[in-house]
Amino acid sequence: MSGAPSTITAKEASGLAARLRDPRVRGAVFQALVALGFVALVLFIANNTAANLAALGVSTGFDFLNQPAGFDISFSLISFEPTDTHMRVFTVGMINTLFVAALGIPAAMVLGLAMGILRLSPNWLVKRLVGIYIEIVRNVPLLLQIFFWQAVIWTLPPVRDSIALGNAVFLNKRALYLPKPAFEDGAGLVLLVAIVAIGLAFLAARWRRGRRAETGRAPYPWLVPALLMGLPLVAILAMGVPWTWEIPEAGRFNFSGGLQVPDTLVALWLGLVVYTAAFIAEIVRAGIQSVSKGQREAALASGLTQGQTMNLIILPQAVRVIVPPTTSQFLNLTKNSSLAVFIGYPDIVAVFAGTSLNQTGQAIEIIALSMLFYLVVSLSISLLMNWYNRATALVER
Amino acid sequence: MGSETGAINDKAPAIKMVGVHKWFGQFHVLKDINLEVEPAERIVICGPSGSGKSTLIRCINRLETHQQGQIFVEGVELTEDVKRIHTIRREVGMVFQHFNLFPHLTALENCTLALTRVRKMPKAEADKIGMEYLEMVRIPEQAQKYPGQLSGGQQQRVAIARALAMKPHIMLFDEPTSALDPEMIAEVLDVMVDLAESGMTMLVVTHEMGFAKQVANRMVFMDGGEIIEQAPPSEFFENPKNERTKLFLSQILNH
Repeated sequence: MSGAPSTITAKEASGLAARLRDPRVRGAVFQALVALGFVALVLFIANNTAANLAALGVSTGFDFLNQPAGFDISFSLISFEPTDTHMRVFTVGMINTLFVAALGIPAAMVLGLAMGILRLSPNWLVKRLVGIYIEIVRNVPLLLQIFFWQAVIWTLPPVRDSIALGNAVFLNKRALYLPKPAFEDGAGLVLLVAIVAIGLAFLAARWRRGRRAETGRAPYPWLVPALLMGLPLVAILAMGVPWTWEIPEAGRFNFSGGLQVPDTLVALWLGLVVYTAAFIAEIVRAGIQSVSKGQREAALASGLTQGQTMNLIILPQAVRVIVPPTTSQFLNLTKNSSLAVFIGYPDIVAVFAGTSLNQTGQAIEIIALSMLFYLVVSLSISLLMNWYNRATALVER
Repeated sequence: MGSETGAINDKAPAIKMVGVHKWFGQFHVLKDINLEVEPAERIVICGPSGSGKSTLIRCINRLETHQQGQIFVEGVELTEDVKRIHTIRREVGMVFQHFNLFPHLTALENCTLALTRVRKMPKAEADKIGMEYLEMVRIPEQAQKYPGQLSGGQQQRVAIARALAMKPHIMLFDEPTSALDPEMIAEVLDVMVDLAESGMTMLVVTHEMGFAKQVANRMVFMDGGEIIEQAPPSEFFENPKNERTKLFLSQILNH
């Protein structure tokens, strides 16, 4: 083998050039370069920002959070006065954002699931109507839809001509007014009984599953609802209904007392739910259709009913396809709630990244805190949904 | 007559099809099908692809609906009546080309699902029956595995056990070995031979002519949606009458 020509000389084989041909070495070198560049960029931006802020005489740091805000917030679940601090504004904003997201996510899921299943209905009219809903809602910008719902609410009568429901519930273009319960002694006991009832219902459901495994039939189908509804009801009656209703009262210009749901919250909530549900409906439809036709046929052939086939075979498999993109929709709903700014619902962006920022001028701190808040919320939702997704994953070889 | 009450009558012919027609849109898939199957008879249906073989057996448990004619299963006529369809589906087991095991359930759970949910059987009893049939198809050791962890041949045997666990009177096989690797076909056919020897009424759509010669009482040849020829296997293979049958047999046997 002495005469075999080599294209690589001894010098090349040992030199730096040769080492750079090794993908591992090359990879390490490039990564080091990228890291170096990134650190340099961050240092430059930080330096530049600090210099500019100093030149402008803008104070930095988080001291402003303890200063009084000096403005009022139109809707808050916790008490808020203009003398409260910017920290309090931050808290109110977070609660308001979480509030509309927490009301929106379950509603969007339920509506989306229903629409997704109905989209596959054999009923021609139902299928078409749902199709029209989805196509319209998916293809119009969300902001426009929120304006639309706000406009719909504004067609409601003014305060003095409020629509009244039994002199307890009032609806006008400004808000929805509901009676607010004022709890008295014994209400805590009712709450305790309700919690115990939920625990008992869990146990009862487990017992029924066990009985089905043992005997083939689950006895007392009314047991779980009876425990859930019956026990608290008995406790309420036994305690002699331990609360009174604070009825909203019509004043000269507005109602006072009771529970006020502002028009902006309703418009934002409607917009978010109707919009997100359309996307979830498409995800649900795709999930159901992703389960092969053979699964349905095998289930029916072995004697299962249509309903059992859907609940025991199709949905458990569809869920795996539905969950990851639905997680994105939950995140979208939460983040899209920042469109609240445009109709004046006091979410975190409107009051904190809006009014507080304008008043203090501390953009970097406020935007960073707001971003941190959204990041924590979004990552928490993702974490929860990923955990659920893993728990239902298919076992593969 | 059983067909009036909707009750199963195991003295009646296992299956009786009278003048059955079916269309997929404009396409006439089944043309005037007349077929009678006695209990414990083993029928092998063959024919070129697209000849309506699968559609025919899928009509028997109403995975497909026929548009004309009558189908009786153990004396019960198949109609739109959901209750009758369920009665018939409980008595008719089916094995599919692509197994169609439920991937989110273990092999054993695949076998016991219908027992607990349709027959309302206690779980312990269903598990016992499920294990019996997994033993019959020779894979009791795979009971706790998921379909995704099994080979094609093993999956198809679980599918057979799943169908048998309901103790059906009639078994339908829709090309049970067509999706299998060659080395796995034998293990599935062996199980089917055992089943044939146990006296099960079987309708098998297959291209496995060796299996057909071994177990069939009767061969049914279909082409273009019609039954062209029916004969016992000896006669069917040695002395086919119809030109189309001869052509088909020469195509599948000469290589």
